[in-house]
Amino acid sequence: MAGLTRGCAMSESDVAVQELAKAGGGRSLWQDAWRRLFRNRAAVASMAVLTLITLASVFGPLLSPHPVDKIYWDLIGSPPDWQNGFYFGADANGRDLLVRTLYGGRISLLVGLVATLVALLVGVSYGAISGYVGGRIDNLMMRFVDILYAIPFMFFVILLMVFFGRNIILIFLAIGGVEWLDMARIVRGQTLSLREKEFVEAAVASGVRGAAIVRRHVIPNTLGPVMVYMTLLVPKVILVESFLSFLGLGVQEPMTSWGVLISEGARQMEEAPWMMAFPAAILGVTLLCLNFIGDGLRDALDPRDR
Amino acid sequence: MLRYGLSRVRNAVPTLLIIVTIAFFMVRLAPGGPFDAERSLPPEIEKNLAAAYHLDEPLPAQYVRYLSNIVRGDFGPSFRYRDHTVSELIAIGFPVSLKLGIAAIVLALVFGTLLGSLAALRQNSSVDYGVMGTAMLGIAIPGFVVAPLLSLVFGVHLGWLPAGGWEGGAVRNMVLPVTALALPQIAVIARLTRGSMIEILHSDFIRTAHAKGLPARLVVFRHALPGALMPVVSYLGPAVAGIVTGSVVIEQIFGLPGIGRFFIQGALNRDYTLVTGVVIFYGSLLITANLIVDLVYGWLDPRVRYE
Repeated sequence: MAGLTRGCAMSESDVAVQELAKAGGGRSLWQDAWRRLFRNRAAVASMAVLTLITLASVFGPLLSPHPVDKIYWDLIGSPPDWQNGFYFGADANGRDLLVRTLYGGRISLLVGLVATLVALLVGVSYGAISGYVGGRIDNLMMRFVDILYAIPFMFFVILLMVFFGRNIILIFLAIGGVEWLDMARIVRGQTLSLREKEFVEAAVASGVRGAAIVRRHVIPNTLGPVMVYMTLLVPKVILVESFLSFLGLGVQEPMTSWGVLISEGARQMEEAPWMMAFPAAILGVTLLCLNFIGDGLRDALDPRDR
Repeated sequence: MLRYGLSRVRNAVPTLLIIVTIAFFMVRLAPGGPFDAERSLPPEIEKNLAAAYHLDEPLPAQYVRYLSNIVRGDFGPSFRYRDHTVSELIAIGFPVSLKLGIAAIVLALVFGTLLGSLAALRQNSSVDYGVMGTAMLGIAIPGFVVAPLLSLVFGVHLGWLPAGGWEGGAVRNMVLPVTALALPQIAVIARLTRGSMIEILHSDFIRTAHAKGLPARLVVFRHALPGALMPVVSYLGPAVAGIVTGSVVIEQIFGLPGIGRFFIQGALNRDYTLVTGVVIFYGSLLITANLIVDLVYGWLDPRVRYE
């Protein structure tokens, strides 16, 4: 895949140079990256599909004639049927699987987004502070990260769910609180080099406080790698949530998520394969799209490939 | 190297301590006590029970006792399996999980590096796209979807292999769970190998090897492959972690009597001592695995300098 996009970028960069010459001006790093991202067919297609899935998840349950929790007693476990409007069939409790899949998508996507934001917040501030302050404190903070790295957090997340109930806010915090380590390392590495730049020196010279420098000058400049990592973190988080839900430790009724639906479907797989097939397919497509977008972003922002 | 190893062991101590501490306090903070039975016990009995399990001592004393017990490999009694200690349960389950895990790692290494090298040698060909596309799928499709599918297709419909069960670790019973466990790792390793292989194939010493007329096979196997495998070696740590976590759900799906299954059953039954014991056990296992991987890496790549 990377080879393919690299090949395209090569030929297109020639075109870009010609265009640049015509326009008689330069482009910013971000404009450049966007253009390259939009030339990546896999990434663009993924963005389209992902937008579709997101919109369907957000608005689908509102538009569907079947309420999420309505039980159709005569349809329990019935297969997909285009005639009666149950396109994904019904689940083991006689509820419309299409609307449940969309509704589950809301939760899965929400967890993916919010937990990633939690990880982003913790990781970026931790990394930026560690890198900017430097010295012994940096050493200490990074040593702490090293120690945390060795801890099998997945098990602790499971423990947390067991001990303190399957609360969705707890899921956000637990997953986000676990996945910030890589982010902290990335941002710290960036900050170490940014700290030596002239604009930071200028800010220091004009008397800006450290916190403001980190917020206004350092963090915005780490955005590129952070964004790439973020797009790749979202599928990871969605996977963790569905893993928990599959084990019966994630979100609980009346809420549902793709993991819960897959878990329910797996139990009925012999008699009713569609119950697992639809949610699993949509989860798979979503994760695939997010990975393609992440890869595309990385290729677009990676200066080595220019 | 020895000094590095020792310093790593020293570093592992605080990590383990953190693991044990979090585990201990989580159990203590968890709502509900170990002996909350369906019907309440007379206060004297409850008091005796608490005394027998040292639950009447102040928390710091309990913590110290727990620590010293852990050091001796005693994770305490299981809350649910009353006649077993947690250590006994781990001793029952671990051989199963270990067998699964080792088979999965070996499978992942062999197929991952093979497919990755193949893709790299045929870069931008249909083979390359095929392998990388499949690898992408392998990363996106979670093991808990693959496992029931495998069980349904090969176990139920085709009837080639048992759909579940362990039967003392018969090879027939291991094929499907090991495959399900290894697939995501095969995908990651294939991608890693392909990337590093392409980079190495473009390096000067490979060109030299070709130029001096070595057969292509030799160039690939003797010169390119060892270097290309280094990122795979450093991925082994996370791979072990991934397989350990994965086996939790795979054991559950195939009904295998490993630690992962105990862990989930324990979690669902609120068997607090069992689950914390498993977490501590796996924590130390992963730390050891990472340490070994790092030492092996240094041994394979003499450029690595240990500080």
